Amino acid sequence: MGCPCGEAAGVPPIGCGCRTSGTNAHASTFARPVTLVPNQVASPRERRRAGIRRGVPFGIAVFAIAVSFGILARPVMGSVAPIVMSVVVFSGSAQFGALAVLNAGGSTAAAIAAGVLLNARYLAMGLALAPSLRGRALSRSAFAMTTVDASWASASNGDGTFDAWYMVGVSIPQYVGWVLGTIVGVLIGPALANPNALGLDALFPAFFLVLLFEEARGRRRLAAAGGGAGIALALTPVMPAGLPILAAAAAVVVASRMRP
Amino acid sequence: MTGTWVMIATLALATAGMKLAGPLSLGGRPLSARALTVVQLLASALLAALVVVETFGKGRSLTLDARALGVAFAAVALTRRAPMAMIVVGAAAVTAFARLP
Repeated sequence: MGCPCGEAAGVPPIGCGCRTSGTNAHASTFARPVTLVPNQVASPRERRRAGIRRGVPFGIAVFAIAVSFGILARPVMGSVAPIVMSVVVFSGSAQFGALAVLNAGGSTAAAIAAGVLLNARYLAMGLALAPSLRGRALSRSAFAMTTVDASWASASNGDGTFDAWYMVGVSIPQYVGWVLGTIVGVLIGPALANPNALGLDALFPAFFLVLLFEEARGRRRLAAAGGGAGIALALTPVMPAGLPILAAAAAVVVASRMRP
Repeated sequence: MTGTWVMIATLALATAGMKLAGPLSLGGRPLSARALTVVQLLASALLAALVVVETFGKGRSLTLDARALGVAFAAVALTRRAPMAMIVVGAAAVTAFARLP
């Protein structure tokens, strides 16, 4: 890295472009709007607002996915529970995962296990985020609670640090979209004869593909992605739902030994 | 119905616990360079795993169905720099179209 972009670097030289045209490909793929100043000079409020702008397209996509969650969950869980679930769990993968287990006739315990395993990646994401969070335990917790995949990936500075206020901003439109979408899905669901005919089950992988496309630039990231996909596919037939996704993290061990 | 509420409460608490574990246990302290590299690659591996499992997984088996066409559409639309909402909704539309009897 030729540019001092870390927390302790102070204001980087003009033209350094720590965020918008960083020294690794990753920084440019989750590029902030051109008007954004590096977080060393932007106030928390400005960073949060920049995050909100970044999060609006995510919020729209998440809204569509949440509509499908509401439609699919209502026959299984009733009309209030899916909405409460979106408010308090706020996690597409865990909610869809648990729903899939219930749909397949699985027990409550199996549904909980699937949801927990699918969200186990938050442990790793939280560990990554931790050094970038300062202050009291309560304030660190408040920031950490806003972690969702798209926000976490967007807030990554590409050098292992995260812009916490930016992450909060990216999460806000997604939370709104997720809860509103669930309500809409629960309401319109009964009017639909066969929700699967709408292709709703393709929304979720397409959303993750968009995130992956923006994230996986450069040899090591591509290797991690390829390895992760291979591990997950290979283990799906032999492990309970969620575990293959967690096991995919092992690909990182090999990819991290490669030259960047 | 009680089971549903137990599930929701447990998942909410577990998700919060997993999000908070790292920041509460080592908040503010830096990771080693090696750990940092691993962390930088983690998102790619997990996202790729989610994509393939959600596209090809059906319970504990793998299958090739209309979802794959929808996700393929998303991949092409991505390379053409289509807006995110269009990519995601388009993937559902393509899947729905492929399922027409």
